[in-house]
Amino acid sequence: MAGVEAAWSDLRAITGAEHVWAATPDDAVDGVQPRMVIEPGNPDEIVRVLKTATAAGLQVIPRGGATKMDWGNPPRGGDLIVSTRRLNRVAEHAWGDMTATVEAGCTLQQLQQTLAEHGQRLALDPLWPEKATIGGILATNDSGALRIRFGSLRDLIIGITLALADGTLAKSGGKVVKNVAGYDLPKLATGSLGTLGIITQAIFRLHPIPRESRSLSFSTPDSAAMNALVLALLDSKLVPTGLQVRAAYSSLPEIDLRFEGTAAGCDVQVDQAVRLAAGSCRIEGQADVWNAHAALWSGSDPAVVCKFTLLPASLGTFFDKVREVAEQAHLRWRLVAQAVGVGWLRLEGATPDVFLSAMVELRQGLEAHGGSLAVLRGPLEVKSKIDVWGSSGDTLPVMKSVKAQFDPIGVLNPGRFLGGI
Amino acid sequence: MEARILDKFRAVVGRGLITEPSQLHTYECDGLTNFRVLPLAVLLPKSTAEVQDVVRICSREKIPFVARGSGTGLSGGALPIDGGIVISLARMNRILEVDLPNARVVVEPGVINADVTQRVAPHGYFYAPDPSSQSVCSIGGNVAENSGGAHCLKYGFTTTHVLALEVVLPDGSLVHLGSRAVDRPGYDLPGVFVGSEGTLGIATKVVLRIVKKPEVIQTLLAAFNSTNEAGAAVSGIIAAGMLPAAIEMMDNLAIQAAEASVHAGYPDCGGLLLVELDGPAAEVEHLMEQVDEICRQCGAWEIRVAQSEAERAVVWKGRKAAFAAMGRISPNYIVQDGVIPRTALPKVLSEIERMGAAAGLRVANVFHAGDGNLHPLVLYDVRIPGQEERAYELSVNILRLCVQCGGSITGEHGVGEEKKAMMGEMFAEPDLETMQLVRCAFDPQQLSNPGKVFPRTRLCAERTGPYQPHPLETAGVAQFF
Repeated sequence: MAGVEAAWSDLRAITGAEHVWAATPDDAVDGVQPRMVIEPGNPDEIVRVLKTATAAGLQVIPRGGATKMDWGNPPRGGDLIVSTRRLNRVAEHAWGDMTATVEAGCTLQQLQQTLAEHGQRLALDPLWPEKATIGGILATNDSGALRIRFGSLRDLIIGITLALADGTLAKSGGKVVKNVAGYDLPKLATGSLGTLGIITQAIFRLHPIPRESRSLSFSTPDSAAMNALVLALLDSKLVPTGLQVRAAYSSLPEIDLRFEGTAAGCDVQVDQAVRLAAGSCRIEGQADVWNAHAALWSGSDPAVVCKFTLLPASLGTFFDKVREVAEQAHLRWRLVAQAVGVGWLRLEGATPDVFLSAMVELRQGLEAHGGSLAVLRGPLEVKSKIDVWGSSGDTLPVMKSVKAQFDPIGVLNPGRFLGGI
Repeated sequence: MEARILDKFRAVVGRGLITEPSQLHTYECDGLTNFRVLPLAVLLPKSTAEVQDVVRICSREKIPFVARGSGTGLSGGALPIDGGIVISLARMNRILEVDLPNARVVVEPGVINADVTQRVAPHGYFYAPDPSSQSVCSIGGNVAENSGGAHCLKYGFTTTHVLALEVVLPDGSLVHLGSRAVDRPGYDLPGVFVGSEGTLGIATKVVLRIVKKPEVIQTLLAAFNSTNEAGAAVSGIIAAGMLPAAIEMMDNLAIQAAEASVHAGYPDCGGLLLVELDGPAAEVEHLMEQVDEICRQCGAWEIRVAQSEAERAVVWKGRKAAFAAMGRISPNYIVQDGVIPRTALPKVLSEIERMGAAAGLRVANVFHAGDGNLHPLVLYDVRIPGQEERAYELSVNILRLCVQCGGSITGEHGVGEEKKAMMGEMFAEPDLETMQLVRCAFDPQQLSNPGKVFPRTRLCAERTGPYQPHPLETAGVAQFF
């Protein structure tokens, strides 16, 4: 493949040979072994790398902090890993305007540290902030408890720069929160798993770091009681910045609640919450409870970890369904759910086929009521037998149309997205 | 239009077909009245199936179409296309479902914005995006423009509150974008459809998120000698780490107009600030004291806090009537919708004043100070020769200034017909080309509100297979990029 060999030397010429190296088994993605890893130093190099790769018929897998490389369907192919590690600056923090422009390879932790210098933050609490990069967090649409108050990435991002497979570098959105000029490509790119372009930079709206924070936890006797309390809290005048539920095969459902703001405001809300939860048992809060979902990623293997979405009023029935399915299949399970209707579930202790049938059953129930189940981590024997994302309904043709416009040859992350896109 | 085609349309919508020229004039423009185009026909379907059938006919016969809600848009988004039809969604105006436990409401696109809040208010909820036209504008129109309103500083825009859409694509097929639950796997197609100004298809059902009414709402009015001082107070409030529900500012000219029109009783001052805080009572009490202090420090010489819902309504009356009130102090006006970073406010306002003086025109300023969304109202008299041209030029230069300061040409009114020529000021060619890829994915035939938003139409090529020149290209009319 003379064309491909020539491509490698072209790539070395773009970034310098010290930033291109042979991939190792550690770089494999779901069993697909890329040949090379390249680390461009700026957006112009990224664009030239993509153009070269496209012309040479190479397939590209973008990578940030490598924390979520196993999310998505196994790739149909992958020759070149394009790492954004060197695009890691906070390009601008306009604290008077409460916006920040960040390069895609910057870790969330580094961004937050920079923003904290002026008392601000990106109001987002996804997994592994010390390693996960802005680009990867965006590409996977990850989020945490804060979204109940501040929204998810789609509500925080106001601008994006995308490098397309054909070498186009395109900006959309801008530096102001209120902006309806043109199509909302920042939203299109969010959650797109790098299949439309490589994110090189994003602009976010920021929020002040809260003055005070208070958390409290309750134990409930069963899922119905848990759901009733969650709905009562959502229907109240309280304004929490966190409302999550934790459940497991071995324990009763527990609810965590957090308030942020002035000390007076927090205290009053805590009192009101305690009164509202009079029927439940107040318990000692767990340390680091707002990072509880991260704990789902460790335990005994084999295991699968899924992300599920559902309506808030269905939390209770879903938990009961999980318990029922898991008991029948002799699976251990743990989950963390945000009251807004998104959560993560870990299943342990079964063969691939048992995992598969359990997840298919749970997914059917969720999808029938406007929800979803996506497999984020699991053995290859499981991932290769299921579309990890679930049903596309009637949207697959238009999604494929969008992909065909942005990446007609299928250079970026082929096969990893919904419907095998 | 050929009788054959009219017959086909009539077979679908029956009496919902308008072809009489005197009746067509109602639809020749939207809220932007200086652009008018008579459509060949106006159709008023009553159901998703009828919308599909109409669009299928358009797709087969290559007839461009423009969807229309209440026709209150300010950028010509619903301006008909020459040789095309208007599809009015006014008859699809039912609230289909209210799901309070999950805080979702399902509506047809012709439902009026304020009616959604009215429906859920008895249960303590409201629909957050509140454009000033909310008693008239439709949800479908809000979806097309990603409408904001005074309270979007805290509550977000239409796109924040739209979870799912049933959409008729420009080929007549039906898709269901998004889901009732959040975070549906796949591309965020609702996110791209909202704000696409009718160029990607027609929404026939919308799933909206409603929000719990806060425990208390407190509204403060502060009078300053100048907009600069008022602007400094805004910066101070934001720097103190507060996120008010709304911060609005009006200058003296705007106040005069509002007073002449609705007699809201505003103090006669250089710069008026309206600050609204909402949330838990204890929190709001504490923060309002801080706002009061910051306003005084910045020179406020009168501060009023609305003590009741009725007082609050009076405080807002003037602000919400501001555009319409301009008619009291000027025969004509052009309103713009530029956005600037908040920190650029003093500089931009004084520059607008200088530019206005240089053009010999008055400019009234009303704006969402919290998010930098300006509505400069360039006042003129069309009867005076040359004034309209100078007014238009001034309004364009104001937008240019906004972009130069790192802002946007439109915060909520949309690009439509009116500002497409300015898209090139804000975006480079690759940016515009890339955005149009989305257009090509949804509407390769370019029938859905064509010619809007983008200054130059990008031809949508087949991306695989041998090259086929587009008929427009063969005719030498258009060029392939």
